[in-house]
Amino acid sequence: MRHLLSTRHLSRDEAVAILDVAEDMADVSTREIKKLPALRGKTVVNLFFEDSTRTRISFEAAAKRLSADVINFAAKGSSVSKGESLKDTAQTLAAIGADAVVVRHGASGAPQVLATSGWIDAGVVNAGDGTHEHPTQALLDAFTIRRRFFGADARGRDLAGLSVVIVGDVLHSRVARSNAWLLTTLGAEVRLVAPPTLLPVGVETWPVTIDYSLDSALATPTDVVMMLRVQAERMSAAFFPTAREYARLWGLDDERLARLDEGTIVMHPGPMNRGLEISSGAADSARSTVLEQVSNGVSVRMAVLYLLLSGEREDLA
Amino acid sequence: MPERVVLQQADIARALTRISHEILESNRGADGIVLLGIPTRGVLLGRRIAATMSQIAAVPVPHGSLDVTMYRDDLSRGRIRTPSPTQIPPGGIDGAVVVLVDDVLYSGRTIRAALDALGDLGRPRAVRLAALVDRGHRELPIRPDFVGKNLPSSQHERINVRLTEVDGDEYVSIVSPEGDPA
Repeated sequence: MRHLLSTRHLSRDEAVAILDVAEDMADVSTREIKKLPALRGKTVVNLFFEDSTRTRISFEAAAKRLSADVINFAAKGSSVSKGESLKDTAQTLAAIGADAVVVRHGASGAPQVLATSGWIDAGVVNAGDGTHEHPTQALLDAFTIRRRFFGADARGRDLAGLSVVIVGDVLHSRVARSNAWLLTTLGAEVRLVAPPTLLPVGVETWPVTIDYSLDSALATPTDVVMMLRVQAERMSAAFFPTAREYARLWGLDDERLARLDEGTIVMHPGPMNRGLEISSGAADSARSTVLEQVSNGVSVRMAVLYLLLSGEREDLA
Repeated sequence: MPERVVLQQADIARALTRISHEILESNRGADGIVLLGIPTRGVLLGRRIAATMSQIAAVPVPHGSLDVTMYRDDLSRGRIRTPSPTQIPPGGIDGAVVVLVDDVLYSGRTIRAALDALGDLGRPRAVRLAALVDRGHRELPIRPDFVGKNLPSSQHERINVRLTEVDGDEYVSIVSPEGDPA
């Protein structure tokens, strides 16, 4: 693996391989010494042009557990705020000797540009670009689902036969996009539920089915309910009349929670808007995998960094 | 490529039985012994030795696997290596006599990695090394305590260990490269 830019082009076998390596990395997190020497001497730069706590901390923990050196770069307070271009920033990182760059950027496609520009040799991991993709989040969601449903014999398996409902702000959600591709590649059946105003143009070409009503979607048996965050910061227009109306129609409240089948799990990529897309009852219930998703995130990101940084760099001149 | 079988299935079984007896003899019983096999074939050999030892000593012998992938010194060369699971028996390895089991002992680098991996898992009282085949050409100051067969070989040759559980058949052979008289 040279870069991880999107889940769209991952094959089933590649995805299962990443999840299997993550399984071994998860074992390390249960030990007393949570550190492996695999990436000793490698430098990982966290290049974050957008705010993030959990993704950045998760990548940082992952790199440190593999003994890599980590440089955190936040655009705020850096030369970027003085008007430095992505190209100059990238070339600076190349000069520092970065082996991998984990990049989050407000513009969709920025990691792609970084990976293909030739400005820098390092492997590029997309940690969220605009409203495009967030591949490691989808991988950790797939990993969490696989662990919950298959437990100890999760290794080598895909998600065939499971049905996943993704609810909420699909329009602005890179998590929804990455998950739609990855989970279908892994054999799960994916349904999107959102108000029509929060579905992107072209959604009918995705490998998913679409429902506008949460209640009708939950009437069919579902293994996973994945709630998306309502991204108020990306909303420049009114997409729904009021927050109360959104919560009533598309929120996972206590009443809908009680209607779920036994065994159905509730996921949320965080940070949660409690009372808006998810009630506190749902977020804190035994079905909720929110905290598991956070700890699994470290294991999955360890797997991705390991696969990216070990072995001969094939197309390195 | 000319291939010469050096150990048949029965020879492997005899060698493992002898190793089991030797481990018990040197440890004066099965007390505190934990067998850890190195994936893939070392795990299977470790499991067989543990079974034989518990038959002889009439006590269960804990065994597991120790993956050393993440501790190798050649991770940035060659192909990407995917790790295998590490399974430590419930009792852990603190204060135990850990016997590492591998199929072929060659440069000693795998065992070096295994010693590092062990250090992150606990503090054994002692670490011993059992190998089905010792083919020489050590690159590090490492020696085995229990050996199935010493197999002096040329570095151009390849030692091929096949076990029923993963390969369907069972033997150890030396494969010489084309044009090289074995």
